[in-house]
Amino acid sequence: MTAWFDYTVNGLIVGNIYALLAVGLALIFGVSHLINFAHGSVYMVGGFIGWLCLTRLGLPLPVALLATVGGCALLGVLIERIGLRPLQGAARIAPLLATIGISFVLDQLAQIVFGPDPRPVPSTLPEWTFTIGGATLGSLDVLIAAIGIGAAGVLYVFLRFTRLGWAVRATAQDRDAAQQMGVNVNAVNQAVFAIACGLGGLSGLLVGMYYNSIDPAMGFEATLKGVVALLIGGLGNVPGAIAGSLLLGLVESYGVALFGTSYRDLFAFVLLLVFLVWRPNGLFSSNRRLPPEPLTGTFLSNRRAVRIPQPVLIVAIVAAFALPLLVSSPYLLQILTNGWIYGLLALSLTLVAGTVGQISLGHAALLLIGAYASALLSVDIGWSPAVTIPLAGLITALLGTLLVYPAFRLRGHYVSIATLGIGEIVGLVILNWDGLTRGPVGITGIAPLALFGWPLSSARAVYWFTLAVLVVLALLQVRLLRSHLGRTWRAIREDDVAARAYGVRPNRYKAMAFACGGLGAGIGGAIAAHLYSYINYQTFDSQVSILALTMVILGGLGSVAGAVVGAVALISLPEMFRFAAEYRMLIYGVVLLLLVRFRPQGLFGTA
Amino acid sequence: MNHPEVGGKDILFDVRRVTRRFDGLTAVDGVSLSVARGECVSVIGPNGAGKSTLFNLLTGIDVPDDGIVRFDGEDVTGFSPERLAARGVARTFQHGRVFGNLSVLDNVLLGAHARLAFARPGWPVVGAVAETLRALFAPPAVRREEAALRAEALQIIARFGMRLAPRIDEPAHSLSYANRRRVEIARALALRPRILVLDEPTAGMNESETAEMLELILELKRDGLTLLLIEHKLELVMKLSDHVIVLDDGRKIAEGLPDEVRHDPAVIEAYLGHRQVGAQAPLEPQVVVRSPERLTP
Repeated sequence: MTAWFDYTVNGLIVGNIYALLAVGLALIFGVSHLINFAHGSVYMVGGFIGWLCLTRLGLPLPVALLATVGGCALLGVLIERIGLRPLQGAARIAPLLATIGISFVLDQLAQIVFGPDPRPVPSTLPEWTFTIGGATLGSLDVLIAAIGIGAAGVLYVFLRFTRLGWAVRATAQDRDAAQQMGVNVNAVNQAVFAIACGLGGLSGLLVGMYYNSIDPAMGFEATLKGVVALLIGGLGNVPGAIAGSLLLGLVESYGVALFGTSYRDLFAFVLLLVFLVWRPNGLFSSNRRLPPEPLTGTFLSNRRAVRIPQPVLIVAIVAAFALPLLVSSPYLLQILTNGWIYGLLALSLTLVAGTVGQISLGHAALLLIGAYASALLSVDIGWSPAVTIPLAGLITALLGTLLVYPAFRLRGHYVSIATLGIGEIVGLVILNWDGLTRGPVGITGIAPLALFGWPLSSARAVYWFTLAVLVVLALLQVRLLRSHLGRTWRAIREDDVAARAYGVRPNRYKAMAFACGGLGAGIGGAIAAHLYSYINYQTFDSQVSILALTMVILGGLGSVAGAVVGAVALISLPEMFRFAAEYRMLIYGVVLLLLVRFRPQGLFGTA
Repeated sequence: MNHPEVGGKDILFDVRRVTRRFDGLTAVDGVSLSVARGECVSVIGPNGAGKSTLFNLLTGIDVPDDGIVRFDGEDVTGFSPERLAARGVARTFQHGRVFGNLSVLDNVLLGAHARLAFARPGWPVVGAVAETLRALFAPPAVRREEAALRAEALQIIARFGMRLAPRIDEPAHSLSYANRRRVEIARALALRPRILVLDEPTAGMNESETAEMLELILELKRDGLTLLLIEHKLELVMKLSDHVIVLDDGRKIAEGLPDEVRHDPAVIEAYLGHRQVGAQAPLEPQVVVRSPERLTP
């Protein structure tokens, strides 16, 4: 019994840390309708600022806390300036993509400056503990609780009793009306970003002290947790975010107590899905009313797509097939082969995100399912890759569609968050389902590519095979887009209410798109598994999902040729220039930022 | 199927006492109406009278708390928009919802979706797979149907004279507002509707555009199309309608022939209040109320 009390206290402390993140996200969402995906990176930066102050500069803890808040508040102002203000007229998803780009840049910069290894954060607090009802509390626990409650109190006073606080609330209620009444909305946004990021950074330092470890990659996880807590509380609802955080902390703590540490994140994301499907408005609002549709609208510009003349396409395809005859470098062929595999992923995503308008942030999970399906069929049963690869495609189409099915009733950003959560769940299930997937060890010794007894051993053969698969699937996709399915999918993207009024069942057509996309991505993942000969649950993680989205936006959402060009540009080009490979994530982040700002229609325009 | 005969008329669309409540507010309160085949029925009423809520209930966007909606004798209460479309109920939207990035022709082709043989639902999963394969391999039957559909869509577009015909490959967002509304009606006609529900077809149009739209709707009526109209412009309603229903405060306050309704004191009062009885003041445009986002400390 006392152990349970311990878990409860632990859950509340962790929940308190999440709350510092989620409150910031809620404030930002409130005034600007943006889910700040750079929030976790700010939290990571906060951890490092605190670490610098405490260890390198030897400053006392209160000064370190203040420096962290101040530094991160400045960073927040910067994010608002880069990620939000220039994009005010753009599609709603544009600032979200910009914050994803910023988070890539920040994470990679931290990794370049501090190195990828975790560092301990010494706690300078006095070493005392006390016990209530069987639960042991340390001085750090008390500090975290005090900061959490204190921050909530200060925030309450700020929003309720200060002029700027009123302006914040007015902006959240009705941005245009507030602006007409003389509220400087940009200043409000800036203030909110400063406050939110200050709190986020504080949270990062406290977590670093709590677990005695910080690392440059800790941010992404934190963003996800913050978003989960935010959704549980209801987007933009500040007290809701606090309640959601505490609930998330408790659920995780009890889940860990019952099943073990590796299940912690699984609980968080399952909770996310449960809320998205059953209570998309969060804990505190009634179920019957639909979400107020705050974030619909695809990332599509009204500019005409570039039509590539057919002869140019044919020449390009012939040239791609002829390349191995002219170039003997196996290295070049390998990186291009990898580009073709990612091209399969991009084709799949451009169909789902571009043509049907469902911006998926978890698309790499399809590669993962395909890779595991083919690897397990070939390693455990001993089937030939010629059989397992198409089978893996079918399995991925089926599983992928089933997994996202509950998210079909969602719209706009909710789809993105749901797919992000589903993607994480796939990875975590693979990690935890030891019996089938061999857990964290991964699968080794996957048979190399072979077609009916003919091994594809040379780099050339593998190149031709992968390219042929890509070209065939791309042509099939073009054919589908030109059929009645193409216009039906686009109609759902443009206006699902009007489409339904003309007899289109959105769920059916979304499922068809996800199944077609799943088939291609699953085949891509399966080929990759046989090519790499080793895979684990992290081979295709959420970074790959974001990367895929960057490729697709680069090529032009919905554009088949654009997807392939985008994949080759982002996968193969950095490899060709060796120096660039090291800064890969930095490049992706900057490319995403520049695209969203200056060429949202991508290279070929949206189709 | 039984066809209820009321007063010798063949009733196609029959609405009995539908009610919709929102948190204590009764937006539509026991409203009944019926539309006979070939008839044009209009619903009018001041802002906030519940017209749009009523239309949402009749077109499957929202589900009534109470009451029955029948179409051609079948109880279709709470049917989804796609099932209503399959039965031949076509609608337009208040501010003209076309598919902006689709071409004019594709917009019209999509209107026929509900009656496409190659897009028939079929069994769950199997039907969807079959439809994908049909789209992929396009057997002759599918190609024939698509070709016939295209010819029909071009015919429909030709009804609008030179307004749409030269622009069939333009994306719909590039058209003028009035032309977008025309595309919407063309899309509705592609459904081969048994009833066409028009939600303020002339909202935001100038005099000449309104006159042109009136001509078009009159022509549809002459062709024998059954119409249910929601409209603000009384002129238009008076010229088109066989029967007018007046809503105020969620309730039906009057109904009858256009001329009877026009002189009904209750209607005049509802529209104009007590002060300026008799005048035909232009009605203000609908105000779009945005739901406030929550941010309470």
